[in-house]
Amino acid sequence: MREGMFRNPSGCAISGIISKSGKRFSGERIIKSIAVMHERSNGLGGGFTAYGIYPEYKDFYAFHIFYDDNMAKKECETFLEKHFDIINLSRIPTRKIPEITDEPLIWRYFVSPLPTKLAASQLDEREYVVRCVFRINTAIKGAYVFSSGKNMGVFKAVGFPEDVGRFYKLEEYEGYCFTAHGRYPTNTPGWWGGAHPFALLDYSVVHNGEISSYDANRRAIEMYGYKCTLLTDTEVIAYMIDYLHRRIGLNFDEICHVFAAPFWSTIEGKPKQEREELKFLRNVFASQLITGPFSIIVGFEGGMMALNDRLKLRSMVVGEKDDMVYVASEEAAIRVIQSDLDKVWSPMGGEGVIINVEEGKY
Amino acid sequence: MYLLAHQLGFRALNEKIRGTSEDVVIEECYGERFIGAGATGRTITINGTPGNALGAYLDGATIVVNGNAQDAVGDTMNDGKIIIHGNAGDALGYAMRGGKILVKGNAGYRTGIHMKEYQDKKPVIVVGGYVGSFLGEYLAGGLIIVLGLNTEECPVGNFTGTGMHGGEIFIRTQKMPKNLPKQVCHSPAEEADMDRIRDILSEFSETFNIGMDEILGKPFHRLTPNAKNPYKQLYTNN
Repeated sequence: MREGMFRNPSGCAISGIISKSGKRFSGERIIKSIAVMHERSNGLGGGFTAYGIYPEYKDFYAFHIFYDDNMAKKECETFLEKHFDIINLSRIPTRKIPEITDEPLIWRYFVSPLPTKLAASQLDEREYVVRCVFRINTAIKGAYVFSSGKNMGVFKAVGFPEDVGRFYKLEEYEGYCFTAHGRYPTNTPGWWGGAHPFALLDYSVVHNGEISSYDANRRAIEMYGYKCTLLTDTEVIAYMIDYLHRRIGLNFDEICHVFAAPFWSTIEGKPKQEREELKFLRNVFASQLITGPFSIIVGFEGGMMALNDRLKLRSMVVGEKDDMVYVASEEAAIRVIQSDLDKVWSPMGGEGVIINVEEGKY
Repeated sequence: MYLLAHQLGFRALNEKIRGTSEDVVIEECYGERFIGAGATGRTITINGTPGNALGAYLDGATIVVNGNAQDAVGDTMNDGKIIIHGNAGDALGYAMRGGKILVKGNAGYRTGIHMKEYQDKKPVIVVGGYVGSFLGEYLAGGLIIVLGLNTEECPVGNFTGTGMHGGEIFIRTQKMPKNLPKQVCHSPAEEADMDRIRDILSEFSETFNIGMDEILGKPFHRLTPNAKNPYKQLYTNN
C-alpha cells in the first residue's frame, strides 16, 4: 500500500552542513553525520539535498524523477519534450547494495523551458517550471519529479540514510551545502516518494516532527495552486516556503516568524516596531503558522535555514568552525565530523538560524 | 574498565557497563544512548558527547561528563549524581525524584519539569549558565538553582514554573523573569533561604572550580508555588 492508505504509528534525524565561503566538499561528511543518529530512524526513508553539485549545468533545471515503469517514463518524456529543451538526460548512477531494494527507475534531466511555450504561457520562468512539475506529479501515473532546482539535487530512497547515501554514491558529488534526513514515519508508511527531503525548485526541506496544523496548512496552500499529492506533512512546508519566499517575497527571517509565530503574550512584551511586525506577519499569514513539534532545515540557492517550533518540542544544535556551519538533531552528529568547534549552541524555540553563502561564491 | 563507545555501539556498550561493578571510563563517545541507565554505586566517566537519556533511572552511581550532554539527562533519576563539565540538552532531570545534577554550562528547554520529592528523597539540579523556557514546569518538589554565571540577562526563558505546585526554584539575577505565571510567587531569597542552599552551592563551586565569591556576587530570587489555591477554577468550576 502507498503513503496515506494506512496508519503506521511509530522520530527522525536531520543534519545540515554549509560552507559560508562557498567551498565545495564531498558528500562523505554528511553521510558520516547522519549515520551517528541511526537509532532515530527505522529504515523506512533516508535522503539528502546537495547544493552546488552541477556547476557544468548550472543554468539548467535539474529534474530528478522516479518512474514506476517504462510506460510512465515514456509518457513523462513526451511531456518534457513538449515543454522543455532537454540538454542532457541519464540514469542517476547508483550502487547495488543489499540494504536498498525495489528501486524505481531513477532518471535525471537537465532542462530549460522551450522559449515559445514559455512566452505563450505568459508566466515567469520559475512559475512555468513549478506548474510543469505539478502537472507531471498529478497527471502522469507512476512518474514523480522529486527534485527540480538549478545546480542542486535531491537523492532519496527507502532505507537508512547512510545506506541511501552509499546507494546514490553521494561521496562522488561535491557541493557547498548538504542536508540529510533519517526517517521514522509516524502516521504513514515509508515509500520512495515519501522520503525526505521534499523540494520544489531550489527550495528543499528536511523535517523532524509532526505537524498538527497539516490539514489547515494544506487547505490554505491548495488555494494558491499547490497540490499536496504525497499525504505526508513535510510536503506542505516545502510549498509554503516556495509561496512565501518566491511568490510573496518574504525573506527567510520573516518566514521563521510566520512558521513559528511567537505567542500573543510574547509578542506583547516586544518593543513597538518589532511587535507591529510580528503582529502583521501572524495576522496576514495565519494559515501558514505551523503548530506541533518540528525542527526543520531548509536549503535554498546560496543558503540554509534551521528552525524549531516555538515550544521547542524537538532538539536541534548548531555548531560553527571557521567558515563551516553545522546543524543537527544531536550534537554528536556534529562532533563526529568536527570535534573542534569554535561555537556550539541550541537556538531557542522559534529562533531561526539563517546562513548565507558570501555573494558571488556559489 | 576502559570502553570505546563508538566502536561498540550503544547496545554492546551498555551491556559491558552493566556487566561490571568496576568504575568505567568511556572514550570516543558520539551519541551512544542510555549510558548508565539504572546504575548503582560507582563512577562512570565519559569523554565525548553521550547520547540521549544519559543516566535515566540512575540509582546511586556517579556520572561525570567531560563534554556536552544531549537530551533527557537523568530522566526519572532516583539517586546518585551527574556532573556535566559542559552544557546539557532539553528535558534535563525530567520527573527526577532524588539525587543531584550539576551542569557547569547551560541547559535546554523544560529543565526539571515534573520533579517531585518525598520524605528524605529530594532531587537537586544546579545549572551554572542559562536555561530555556518552561523551567520547572509542573514542579511538584525538589530544588532547582539557575546561576546565569555567563550572562547579564535573566538566565531563564518564558513560562518558568507554569503549573508549579511544590518545590522551589532559585534564580541568580539582577533582572527578574518577565511574565511569570500567576501560580508562582517570587521574592528575594532571604538569609535563611541562602543558608539552606549554601552546601549545594559550595559543592558546585568545588566541582567546577568557580569561586563562591563569584557565585554569591549577584542577588538570588526564590520562586515558590502560590499557596492560595491557585488552581481553583483553572480548568473546571470547582
